[in-house]
Amino acid sequence: MNALVLDPIAWTDVGAVTDVPVRGARRVPTPTGDVAIFRTGDGQVFALVDRCPHKGGPLSNGIVHGHAVACPLHNWSISLATGHPLGADAGKGCAPTVPLQIRDGRIYLGQP
Amino acid sequence: MTREKLVVIGNGMAGCRAVQEVLKRDPDRYEITIFGAEPRVNYDRIMLSPVLAGEKAFEDIVINDEAWYAQNRITLHTGCTVEGIDLTQRVIQVAGQQAWPYDKLILATGSEPIRLPLPGSDLSGVVTFRDLDDVGAMITASANPDSRAVVIGGGLLGIEAAYGLSKRGMKATVVHLMDVLMERQLDASASFLLTEALAQKGVETVLEAQSEAIEGKDGKVTGLRLKDGRVLPCDLLVMAVGIRPSAGLAKAAGLEVNRGVVVDDGLRTSDPAVFAIGECVEHRGQCYGLVAPIWDMCRTLGEALTAGTGAYEGSALSTRLKVSGVDVFSAGKHLGGEGCEDIVFRDAGRGVYKRIVLEDGKVAGAVLFGDAADGAWYFDLMRSGQPVGDIRETLVFGQAATEGLRGLDPSAAVAAMADTAEVCGCNGVCKGEIVNAITGQGLTTLETVRAVTKASASCGTCTPLVEKLLKLSLGDAFQAQSGPKPVCGCTGHGHDEVRRRIVAEDLRSIPAAMQALEWATPDGCSTCRPALNYYLLCAWPEGYRDDRQSRFINERVHANIQKDGTYSVVPRMWGGVTSAAELRAIADVVDKFAIPTVKCTGGQRIDLLGVKKDDLPAVWSDLNAAGMVSGHAYGKALRTVKTCVGTDWCRFGTQDSTGLGVRLEKFMWGSWTPAKVKLGISGCPRNCSEATCKDIGVICVDSGYEIHVGGAAGLHIRGTEILTKVATEEEAIWTICAVAQSYRETAWYLERIYKWMDRLGIEWIRAQVADPADRKALYDRFAYSQRFYRIDPWAERVAGRDSHEFNPLSRRMEMAPA
Repeated sequence: MNALVLDPIAWTDVGAVTDVPVRGARRVPTPTGDVAIFRTGDGQVFALVDRCPHKGGPLSNGIVHGHAVACPLHNWSISLATGHPLGADAGKGCAPTVPLQIRDGRIYLGQP
Repeated sequence: MTREKLVVIGNGMAGCRAVQEVLKRDPDRYEITIFGAEPRVNYDRIMLSPVLAGEKAFEDIVINDEAWYAQNRITLHTGCTVEGIDLTQRVIQVAGQQAWPYDKLILATGSEPIRLPLPGSDLSGVVTFRDLDDVGAMITASANPDSRAVVIGGGLLGIEAAYGLSKRGMKATVVHLMDVLMERQLDASASFLLTEALAQKGVETVLEAQSEAIEGKDGKVTGLRLKDGRVLPCDLLVMAVGIRPSAGLAKAAGLEVNRGVVVDDGLRTSDPAVFAIGECVEHRGQCYGLVAPIWDMCRTLGEALTAGTGAYEGSALSTRLKVSGVDVFSAGKHLGGEGCEDIVFRDAGRGVYKRIVLEDGKVAGAVLFGDAADGAWYFDLMRSGQPVGDIRETLVFGQAATEGLRGLDPSAAVAAMADTAEVCGCNGVCKGEIVNAITGQGLTTLETVRAVTKASASCGTCTPLVEKLLKLSLGDAFQAQSGPKPVCGCTGHGHDEVRRRIVAEDLRSIPAAMQALEWATPDGCSTCRPALNYYLLCAWPEGYRDDRQSRFINERVHANIQKDGTYSVVPRMWGGVTSAAELRAIADVVDKFAIPTVKCTGGQRIDLLGVKKDDLPAVWSDLNAAGMVSGHAYGKALRTVKTCVGTDWCRFGTQDSTGLGVRLEKFMWGSWTPAKVKLGISGCPRNCSEATCKDIGVICVDSGYEIHVGGAAGLHIRGTEILTKVATEEEAIWTICAVAQSYRETAWYLERIYKWMDRLGIEWIRAQVADPADRKALYDRFAYSQRFYRIDPWAERVAGRDSHEFNPLSRRMEMAPA
């Protein structure tokens, strides 16, 4: 059963919100692959595993619009909130979300 | 009968309103005493902004004067500091007085402004914006002629402070950490409009600015220094960066305190005899800094203290900015989000932007700029949570356009609209005029309705409504018409219209274009943003600030993304000519960075494939050192000029095709174009450089140069058509650059030259360059633009530009956790 009931997430401070360009993204390498951190036009921050569910394109290199990112390889539109493809490609896999907290303008990331 | 002793700590808006709510219900129940820290009667704190702006006097904002306290038998102690609360004895300690007993205690201590711990924050002239004393200090400072103010904080309060100071004659600047003003209430589009409106009122805004230190001289503030080194001189510095609940007294007394004094739904603290309300409170994890929740809390407390019932369940929030002539309203989920849908309406003529956020068929939030008259109506719809599916069509036009339509299906709803209801907000056309035009003049198409009535002729938001009116009036005789294909789903305008209006209306940024052209989404999409960015940089070569986030990744990192996320690098080889030194440098780079594949391209270049993104600047640095620059093999730009060896070596060559190719490439490189542009220069009609399937080609002949356009050898195979023949190399260069400029100015984004030619015709292109004066004008505009774009983007990035693109945000998670 739940052997570990302490804070289940080990948070890591990965930088300031302002280090991520508005309507842009940065990546954070981890042992299991890169995590993409997105900052939207309205100032919200999201984290996804940096792999498009289609062909594994690095989402951190896409164009961020609204709360979505267009994959740089084949222009799939991926929801930043859920990692699911939008529009015509809905339902075809997802880029997993990564736990994220913002405290005092800093971004804290959990394990992907 | 002795009355219970009700003591209120805090003579602000919350404390007095709570007392009023109690008195309203049971005027004789309590013997009431209020302790206030400010040395004056109760006033409306949210109206301090108009006092600062000189639009109201202090007397106008007093809520309760001394007579009110007397009439209601309230003992008021002003200018009094409460030093402690003894929960077991039920007494409070007041500075310089004996202990004061209570039966029930209300904490209404409010909040205090946050002071940034910047060096120099203790200088004279550094103030916050919280109470009348602050306002007094600000008004005094503004009395000096030519004085300047800097306000840190682009939230509601900061903007109101800057506006007030500006009205008092100061030159005011708002410095904000984020790139959106009032980001907790507004989206980027509304923030853009607010920035413009403030500029018109003399308030400057500096966004994305981090304050570093306050500079001073002789103990007085002289300026604010930003992290980027800029210094904004000022004589007054206002910190308006937020508030923090004043909960120190409660905490010292042993009450439960998190961010604020913790209360339950009955507004009771952890001690049953002590209540708390207002900005000092934390309720269900939420602290409030607006007035509406305070009124809600006071009502509940009034019930609780008189009838023993009542529950406060939190408040939905709405905000209005109090800057005269700037109508701003925001409520709820103003940014939308997952599962939400946006209805956006823009009226460029009136400077109006409305965004209604729907979730599950209900209003979940709204941002209104320029016309906030319906704010209360949207807020009601949001709070009541009623489904709005049946009024969706007219929702964004407001209450007047929508009233009476509930419960009807959409076309019945349109049928039921009053003849006087406005359909087209841009041109002020109401339903009756449109229906009369359709029936009276026998109109059958959207275009003719537009032409006759102007309805739906501007932003196009009301197009569905106008179409419904056509359908209602004509029945099956109506067929939906299609105009020019819109750029994307964010707009009804086609590319030509967008390009024309960017120039005609002097639109110089993406937000400016989106507002003027009434974009239907807040910040566009991956289709329209790169297009707008190109149109703007083409229209305004000097001074346009390239929006890098509106470029595809290849143009952002100046290399070509490959299927595995690595990049390919193609150095420029002018006219396809290279040298031993260049080849040696390329070989060294390949070895040094273990580049897996080296391949020749069809455009006579060498392609280095499989370069890691983080290595790009170092690779470029080595290539730069050997004299090579970016080949733009990744861009909607001039790619390659392919040449044959011409008269240099070839026994059939008629002209110096290599020399012409090198000259053209050295002049044209770096130019951005609607789609990629490839040139080919052949020294004779044998055409070894395949010039007749290039975007622009030259076939050299004995008597001169044939200029060809519109070839393709990709998705489509197309031979070029001959545009013209010229006698000299100079003329060839002028003509080619003029054609390129004409293409740059009139093509649609991503439209290759052959498609552009199909659309406009070879005759049209010929006419652009036939007259030497026209040709020269085009050539001159191209040359002017090249002054700003013939720069090696690799060298810029080697020097450090956009370094965030090539470095991870953090390497702290690279190792597996222990």
